[in-house]
Amino acid sequence: MATNTMQDAPVGAQVGRSLPRLEARDKVTGRAEYTHTMRLPGMLHAKIFRSTVAHGRIRSIDTSAAKNVPGVHRVVTSEDVRKVIPAPYYGPAFHDQPILAIDKVHYVGEPVAVVLAADPHVAEEAAQLIVAEYEELPAIFDEVEAADNKTLVHEELKPAGTFADLKHLKGRKGTNIALDFKLRRGDVDKAFAEAAHVFEHTFRTQKVLHLALEPFASIADWNERGVTIYSASQGPSFVRTEIARLLGWPENRVRIKVPYLGGGFGSKLYIKMEALATALSMIARRPVKVALTMEEQFYTITRHPSTFRIKTGVDKSGRITARKCEVYWNGGAYADVGPRVTQKSGFTASGPYDIDNVWVDSYALYTNLPPAGALRGFGIPQLVWGYESHTDMIARALKLDPLEFRRKNLLREGRPHATGQVVQDAKLEAVLDRVAERLNWGKPLERGNGAVRRGRGVAFAIKAVISPTTSVANITIAADGSTTLYCGTVDMGQGSDTAMAQIVGEVLDIPAQSVRIVPRDTDVTPYDMGTLGSRSLFHMGHAVRLAAQDARDKIKAMARDVGEPEGSNIPLPELFKKKYGMQAGNIVGTGTYKPDYVPPDPATGLTPNVTPFWMCAASGAEVEVDTETGHVRIARLITVVDCGRPLNPKIVETQISGAALMQLGFTMFEKMHIDAGQVTNASLADYKIPGMLDVPRVMENETVDAQQSNGPFGAKGVGETATFCVSPAIANAIEDACGVRLTSLPLNAEAVFRALRAKANTPLGDEE
Amino acid sequence: MTRTISFTLNGEKVAAEIKPHHNLVELLQRDFNLMGARESCGQGLCGCCTVLVNGAAVSGCLYLAAFVDGAEVTTVESLADPSTHNLNPVQEAFIEAGAFQCGYCTPGFVLMTTQLLDAHPDPDEDQIRHYLSGNLCRCGAYPEIVNAVKIAARKRKAGAPA
Repeated sequence: MATNTMQDAPVGAQVGRSLPRLEARDKVTGRAEYTHTMRLPGMLHAKIFRSTVAHGRIRSIDTSAAKNVPGVHRVVTSEDVRKVIPAPYYGPAFHDQPILAIDKVHYVGEPVAVVLAADPHVAEEAAQLIVAEYEELPAIFDEVEAADNKTLVHEELKPAGTFADLKHLKGRKGTNIALDFKLRRGDVDKAFAEAAHVFEHTFRTQKVLHLALEPFASIADWNERGVTIYSASQGPSFVRTEIARLLGWPENRVRIKVPYLGGGFGSKLYIKMEALATALSMIARRPVKVALTMEEQFYTITRHPSTFRIKTGVDKSGRITARKCEVYWNGGAYADVGPRVTQKSGFTASGPYDIDNVWVDSYALYTNLPPAGALRGFGIPQLVWGYESHTDMIARALKLDPLEFRRKNLLREGRPHATGQVVQDAKLEAVLDRVAERLNWGKPLERGNGAVRRGRGVAFAIKAVISPTTSVANITIAADGSTTLYCGTVDMGQGSDTAMAQIVGEVLDIPAQSVRIVPRDTDVTPYDMGTLGSRSLFHMGHAVRLAAQDARDKIKAMARDVGEPEGSNIPLPELFKKKYGMQAGNIVGTGTYKPDYVPPDPATGLTPNVTPFWMCAASGAEVEVDTETGHVRIARLITVVDCGRPLNPKIVETQISGAALMQLGFTMFEKMHIDAGQVTNASLADYKIPGMLDVPRVMENETVDAQQSNGPFGAKGVGETATFCVSPAIANAIEDACGVRLTSLPLNAEAVFRALRAKANTPLGDEE
Repeated sequence: MTRTISFTLNGEKVAAEIKPHHNLVELLQRDFNLMGARESCGQGLCGCCTVLVNGAAVSGCLYLAAFVDGAEVTTVESLADPSTHNLNPVQEAFIEAGAFQCGYCTPGFVLMTTQLLDAHPDPDEDQIRHYLSGNLCRCGAYPEIVNAVKIAARKRKAGAPA
């Protein structure tokens, strides 16, 4: 059986092999633990009463009927919260989000009150009996309109100052712009004036949802000495810091425990249900569980809708000489990590191209919609959608081969990126070439005749990993020689526990599957910035490697101590016995990793060191468009990435495939429909995600031969990489097939059909 | 408004006090600490709450607890061999194929695959895709799951839990 191969795996060469996930047995037997199904003795359930208006002053909240429901423990509003937490505002970039709405509501679905009861059905029934009255205020929903500041979401902005790279943010009034990132390189105006051709297009992306199958869940158990929070969180260290700040406590009185996550994709980052659960536990003096329904996830955190205006100058020879990017990010009512998405994605808004003159303006905007945060790519998929559609449109307009146009302009090793950092270990050319080879780009495509037309498209992209961030890991070796790893990286399905065990095994020359990974618990697992942005394998991987090396050095020192000759390979149990006279003692290794970084100049956005590694991806698609219905069938979807050396090839492949499929949903059909701020399709019945039948018949995933020279064992991150290029590759293939160009996502049959009718000069009527 | 129901749970006779609105997932989690069937969408659309009742897969989040009175209920926790604790061929195949990431949907897929192979011991790709189209996996492990079903079919044919 499969698990036997795990037990019999050889010592040595631990990295680079497809070890099955360490937790595999727990997952196929239903034993893996998730917060959403956890219970504590004496626990109360919380059900949230939410705002029905997008922007309004709260006139009254009538909780009397709810209180009278038999079995209700208590009904809580912000008045109660402020008695236990006087300044109940939280958030990673801005301290702008109240635990429960205070005086005003800022979006439909915002938590306003909570019912606590031992029986969740009682709490739910009672929550439906709460009545709130609002004085409605003008609301703003569109990111571009929000930028003119005529309707303000917040009267005053409250930056948190948490991130070193957002330190320049200062409180502002009279604006919806939470952050404006600028990048200025060369002289774009001059270059546009001198260009042989100038192209300008605008691209839009829709509001989509992470939709982790395990909805948000946190359980807080507070008493005067400390608080323990069980949470489906991608960043227990951040939660600890933020809860400690809210309570005015030292961090060591706050304990965050994280079991396995039923998916995260960026939704469970920073702080979500934890602050509310903590406040409720303080009020009730009992453990309180806040576990959302699928519908409530739509009111919690989403991906940023965006508008991207992009302008490019090209010279006579087909060289891109200038590019100007203006990006508006619709952050919703609370900033969450939107300002960081705005800045970090802004670095690479001009794409994987070697362009002398670049201008980027990237704006994080408040609107009266559910908040937006990080979703598998930190803004990059929205940008690549724009710049790779735009690049294809330019090539077609100039009658150049879209592949050759890209090849001519791509950023080569040793050349400076738009930010000023010299590019190293970025296999841009290789990923693009491999996709082209797999598509047989040089050979003509059978285009079909009749109603169904075939086409193909490519796209490629680059991303700078979020920097600077810190990871710490500890390793303990017991006197019997067994090894335990303590690290805060959360395994939410990406297989990090297995990869980290492989790194420990490689350094200590022991089978990876013999390494025990301690479940995330901030009382014992040391600091980690968060499981996000494809950073863990590189950053935590280094910390784990360093911890293992530290332990190895200490083993050698112990051997010297007891008089073993140099190079002795005395078994560890004997070594400990020699040292301590019995099976006793520990060796403790520790490792900390933080890459070098030079903050960008706030005026120009330029820096010689913006990222410790580049993520590179290319996608290729072959599509069949039914020109009578607009239906698009994806015949082939190819994704090639540079992730350095894959430490676990099987897990890497599932990351590539899964990320591409997720992005396929965001490309072809996923969309949150919003009417006056109200999400009208907040359920899996009305919001479709990819299922078995949506998987293209041919999916090809590949990693190019690569070594990340500063990475742990040559590796770098891969969790997001395969999402980058799916949308433009398909849109480019659709134009290739039937000659229509779509500039808004999703690329559903209606959008394609409308474009076909418009092209035929028989446009359909408006949508609404 | 409580009533007592009796049923067979993973081969054992059991009884429970339930209210009319309780669903099967709540019953299994609250009274029997079986967490393998999980609520996700709450609408019977994702398959995370799959439970076998009298051998047929049901959505445990919609299936009222009252309906299992007198029935035979099988959950993912019972699939491994009770004496050897060896995994069943479907579970083994899911591990071999790497057919999951976060694992939240996995028990549902394992149970549906078991039912699929009971009905169609040698399914082709179309049969697999259609049969499992009611189970969702947000990590997108579908290609690996299809592969796992094929491996499981071979294992079951070979007749030995390898």
